[in-house]
Amino acid sequence: MDWWSWDRALEVLPELLVAFVQVTLVATVIGSVIAAVLGLIIAITRRTAPAFIARPVHAVMEFIRMTPIVIQLLFVFYTFNTVDGMTLGVIVLGVHYASYMAEVYRSGIDAVPKGQWEAATALSMSPARTWRKVVIPQALRTTLPALGTWVISMLKDTPYLTVIFVVDMVRQAENYGSRTFVYTESITMAGLIFLAASYPTSVLLRRLEKRLATY
Amino acid sequence: MPPTDSTAVTGQPAIRFENVVKKFGDNTVLDDLNFDVRRGERVTLIGPSGSGKTTILRLVMTLEHLTGGYIYVDGEPLTHLEVNGRRVERRPKDIARSTQKIGMVFQQFNLFPNMSVLENITEAPVHVLGRSSEEARTRGLELLDMVGLADKAEEHPTRLSGGQQQRVAIARALAMDPEILLLDEVTSALDPELVGEVLGVLRDIAKSTDITMLIVTHEMQFAQDVSHRVLMFDGGKIVEEASPDVMFTSPTHERTRSFLQAVL
Amino acid sequence: MSDNFDALIAALPDLRSGVFITLQLTVGGVVLAFVIAIVLGLGARSPRWPARVPSRILIEFFRGTSLLVQLFWFFYVMPLFGIKLDALLCGVLALGLNYGAYAAEVVRGAINSVPKGQWEAATALSLSPVRKLRKIIWPQAWAIMIPSLANLAVMLLKGTAVAYIILMHDLTWETDQLRQTTGNTFFAYGVGMIGYFLIAYLMVLGANALERHAKRRLGQGPPKGGLFSVRITDKATAAPMPAANAGGGGAGAGGGVV
Ligand SMILES: Nc1ncnc2c1ncn2[C@@H]1O[C@H](COP(=O)(O)OP(=O)(O)OP(=O)(O)O)[C@@H](O)[C@H]1O
Ligand SMILES: [Mg+2]
Repeated sequence: MDWWSWDRALEVLPELLVAFVQVTLVATVIGSVIAAVLGLIIAITRRTAPAFIARPVHAVMEFIRMTPIVIQLLFVFYTFNTVDGMTLGVIVLGVHYASYMAEVYRSGIDAVPKGQWEAATALSMSPARTWRKVVIPQALRTTLPALGTWVISMLKDTPYLTVIFVVDMVRQAENYGSRTFVYTESITMAGLIFLAASYPTSVLLRRLEKRLATY
Repeated sequence: MPPTDSTAVTGQPAIRFENVVKKFGDNTVLDDLNFDVRRGERVTLIGPSGSGKTTILRLVMTLEHLTGGYIYVDGEPLTHLEVNGRRVERRPKDIARSTQKIGMVFQQFNLFPNMSVLENITEAPVHVLGRSSEEARTRGLELLDMVGLADKAEEHPTRLSGGQQQRVAIARALAMDPEILLLDEVTSALDPELVGEVLGVLRDIAKSTDITMLIVTHEMQFAQDVSHRVLMFDGGKIVEEASPDVMFTSPTHERTRSFLQAVL
Repeated sequence: MSDNFDALIAALPDLRSGVFITLQLTVGGVVLAFVIAIVLGLGARSPRWPARVPSRILIEFFRGTSLLVQLFWFFYVMPLFGIKLDALLCGVLALGLNYGAYAAEVVRGAINSVPKGQWEAATALSLSPVRKLRKIIWPQAWAIMIPSLANLAVMLLKGTAVAYIILMHDLTWETDQLRQTTGNTFFAYGVGMIGYFLIAYLMVLGANALERHAKRRLGQGPPKGGLFSVRITDKATAAPMPAANAGGGGAGAGGGVV
């Protein structure tokens, strides 16, 4: 048996790319939006809400962050068995990563100098306006690269959706393998597509981080 | 007060700079520098900030890479030597043999925080010179006694004051029995009231040993007391060279005069 | 509800063996990852390119290609080359390589963030390169890298759930079995998730104690947050998040992103 066939690699590539765009990318983009928005809400809640709300929110986030996505996916899937897998999967990814992004925001918010809050108070800005116009814009800038790295991390976690029967790129590669009894090219190509998607992004983020750090 | 002992100031140069060039990128810090330090001689380098004093000491300690020229220690090439008219780098093992003769005390002390005071002092004698730990310990305690810290042997370095840390660093360097000791602004990081204790220890060492010393300091009185010779640097060149008495009372060069006026 | 608990008690032996598999994957993965992190982390900061370039490539490759792909590679592809690996070994290899590559960046960053003066003082004392690294630099880098490594270890634990996908009877699998016997998703998965949470929290506690010990050896005060706190670090650069770990040195100095 030959060890590597470019023919097979090229043959499997289209279906992998379709799955990549339709599942991996879609899940990552929507999941990231959910994570970014929910994470910010959580971070602000933890800063502003009274303890009887902030503490449970914190505890739940900690719990989510310290349990596997796979088991969370299965749990949600069997609990809401009428909703389709992709929708559930995207929500689980989003909520899971919100628990990480909330920490990113938190450190970004903490890093906004105290003088900014005081200046806003001195100008009689309302708390809501201070958050919206002063704190969040500054916090966002510094947190952008860190948020980005979690997005890349999420991208590479999308194959877990396979446990709730969503056919992502890696499942597609596995399917090709079980059809042809040769896995080498399909699995390797799936890996290379991940690498091609994540490595340049991470290089860009690193640049962005350097740029932001120089201000 | 002029240096009291000049007995050992004879023989082979302990350090020789020969056409030394040092560049950081495009910035030429030392350009064709030549000077000798004789055995047992104590030489102080003075000069404005950025004139290359630290760079000279770091080159001797092999903490910087020599761009051009040669440095000799005890007549032996340090990092580079000439073979058939070509300049070649020495092997790390050969370099190590020379650097073992050299000790350095840093501005920031640089004690190892993961070791006790005594361990800081015995680490290198045991693991570099191959001394028994008994021997190293005895000698370490002696040295600690000499710098006035006999009671701090088991203490953690971070619990000591800056002056105490620096005295430990001096003891640590001496534990290797160096022939040459490099001191780079060893009191600059200290609170003013702690400077005296460190300079006092160094004065004692100068008086009681014949270790060759290359000193960078802003403490002009100290420089005058302990050194045999003072070199005034500017822009990586020796502007003036004189005995401390001459240098600090009647320097010939205008640049030296204005520099001394500014610091004294 | 009491039916659930009866089922739980009946399922305890299975759950225990599931936890055992999960722990085997975790411990094996963490040990392998640690070894790989040290080798690649040191390699990546070597001045010699024959050490640096392969280390960099391996780090980027194993960080960039997704855990499940790596698992499938060991599980499906290696047998085609005549190397049949047992599922547990596949899991340990994939977990160790994937998280080891992340941890290599942590090791590299932590070593780089040990003050330059420490290297120079060690050089001035003529300590050999190995002794310098082992006795002077490593103990200091270690204290810096523990929180980040602990985070990665918890992520590795969570990653062990992929074993379910190659049909290993780990904690996730046994949790699903419990769901099938009780028919109560909430109960069964609650049990499973609490299991993972407890293991993760124990790991965090262990790491906090280790960090406290390492810092005490360096004469530093105890880390911020106390023994029971969970601190989150950036997975990519593995730098402690500034506010979450104020006062600690950033381990990600010049560190890469995912
Ligand atoms: N690592 C380095 N990289 C680039 N330039 C350097 C480096 N170290 C020193 N320099 C430059 O070399 C020149 C000489 O520096 P050096 O530290 O030797 O001066 P110095 O005489 O010790 O000054 P000071 O009195 O301030 O300590 C300076 O212009 C400095 O900017
Ligand atoms: Mg200097």
